[in-house]
Amino acid sequence: MEALIQASYFIVAVIFIVGLKQMSSPVTARRGIVWAGAAMVLATLVTFLAPQIIGTDQAVTNVFLIILAIALGGGYAWWSGKRVAITDMPQMIAMYNGMGGGAAATIAAVELLKATSDASAKSTSVANELGADVAILGILGAIIGTISFSGSIIAWAKLDGRLNRSKLLPAQHLVNALITVATIGFAISIYFSSDLMPIVVFFALALVLGIFITIPVGGADMPVIISLFNALTGLAVGFEGYVLGNAAMIIAGIVVGSAGSLLTHLMAVAMNRSVSNVFFAGVGTDTGTSSETAQGEMKEIQAQDAGILMAFASQVVIIPGYGMAVAQAQHKIYELTQLLSDKGVSVKFAIHPVAGRMPGHMNVLLAEAGVPYDMIYDMEDINADFKTTTVALVIGANDVVNPSAKTDSSSPLYGMPILDAIDSDNVIVIKRGRGAGFSGVENPLFFADNTKMLFGDGQKAASDLIQAVKELS
Amino acid sequence: MIEGLAALYIFMLAGFTGYEIISKVPVILHTPLMSGSNFVHGIVLVGAMIALGIAENTTQQVIGFLAVLLGAGNAVGGYVVTERMLEMFKSSNKESSEG
Repeated sequence: MEALIQASYFIVAVIFIVGLKQMSSPVTARRGIVWAGAAMVLATLVTFLAPQIIGTDQAVTNVFLIILAIALGGGYAWWSGKRVAITDMPQMIAMYNGMGGGAAATIAAVELLKATSDASAKSTSVANELGADVAILGILGAIIGTISFSGSIIAWAKLDGRLNRSKLLPAQHLVNALITVATIGFAISIYFSSDLMPIVVFFALALVLGIFITIPVGGADMPVIISLFNALTGLAVGFEGYVLGNAAMIIAGIVVGSAGSLLTHLMAVAMNRSVSNVFFAGVGTDTGTSSETAQGEMKEIQAQDAGILMAFASQVVIIPGYGMAVAQAQHKIYELTQLLSDKGVSVKFAIHPVAGRMPGHMNVLLAEAGVPYDMIYDMEDINADFKTTTVALVIGANDVVNPSAKTDSSSPLYGMPILDAIDSDNVIVIKRGRGAGFSGVENPLFFADNTKMLFGDGQKAASDLIQAVKELS
Repeated sequence: MIEGLAALYIFMLAGFTGYEIISKVPVILHTPLMSGSNFVHGIVLVGAMIALGIAENTTQQVIGFLAVLLGAGNAVGGYVVTERMLEMFKSSNKESSEG
């Protein structure tokens, strides 16, 4: 039986790695997730045969409890995952990731509680009971998993618009540092003692730490944080895998941990920020008035005129942002694109690496609307094109086209690479209102001479544009 | 069965594997891949089942139950969301080849 389980875990680990590899190409990506899903089912099924589950006195109760928990947790996740709008997926990823972190932390809790009661019966310490390696990795996994749990929940709440505050306490960083020290202190005391108290305080502190770390993080940095928590959960799962002697958990966890770390790094680089910078100074948290240097008048344009401008353009570059996602305007935008293409206008989409709430977020939305890959360009490939572009249509994007990132060293966005929409002959900005972007920074592009504002809901504005272009033919 | 140095080798090799997988990914797949890796660490469900299995008293059982609940949420939610995202890539492939 043990051999069957171990062999299955081995196969599962192989399929996970192959599946992830397949997910890194658009052609094989879907096959990758389906295979990985099958592997997960296999892993879950064989685990029911594990002696730790069916070999105990309470086997019947425990199997029943496991099935009940899977039905409840999995059922809820299935239901919520199926009905969530594509635009809201980033926060759902954050939530499911938090659940994984929480699972790793609770596994550690069970292990530590068991070790504590065994150790106190023998009047020894947790370290002696578990062995130094298992105890250390178990406690580390507990810290990481707990922080990932509470942090991800905060990230979910912030992205879902349920939590808007970004300041909690004065001298937050000092408070965080103190809590970190205290958490490590209690972690050490768990290691050397057999008391229950340090475990309880330790988990409580780690929970608070995750909350405090995430609350000050600015909205624009959320993708980096979610990716980081994803990597951390992987690491925690890997460590708890070592505690349980489970190879599949170790391999899957560490693979995700390292892949997630690299992904986090890539995202931070795309925004010209370091990961530590993201943690210790969230964009937009210091709403300094110094950066609000944008002056002048926004010039409004009607859809009719904007449509004419685009219909007779030689090249139109569309820059989508999170606003397009919120307005669900991607289908209308693609319809507009097709109309313009029929008129002989060259239409391209320009995607900033961090447009939306996650790298690739816009690509997912445009794919949903049916936009072919070859119309979509990355920032490096399109930026030179703006000089020969007749109309740059900005829909729901803001910070990623903010020229103060290049020119104003006092701007919180300073140094972030941007799409040079301002270089094109005309810029049309579809925007709901006159407010600042997600980072809270004013955008001088909106006041530029070649920029016209088309105020209104993204979907409505796109429909009006379609109407305007149609009337011309 | 997996101890000390052997585990260290597994950690090392798995670390490089993860790095290798990500390093050649086009930007358009970053979100699906983050979601996919989020699903993969849903394997924590297996550990959670063991943790509930070895629970010795009611407190541990409750915590273990919570572990399975959360682990199942991670695995199932991660799968559903990733699959939905990648589904759209498939349909877009079709449409672009028709047009």
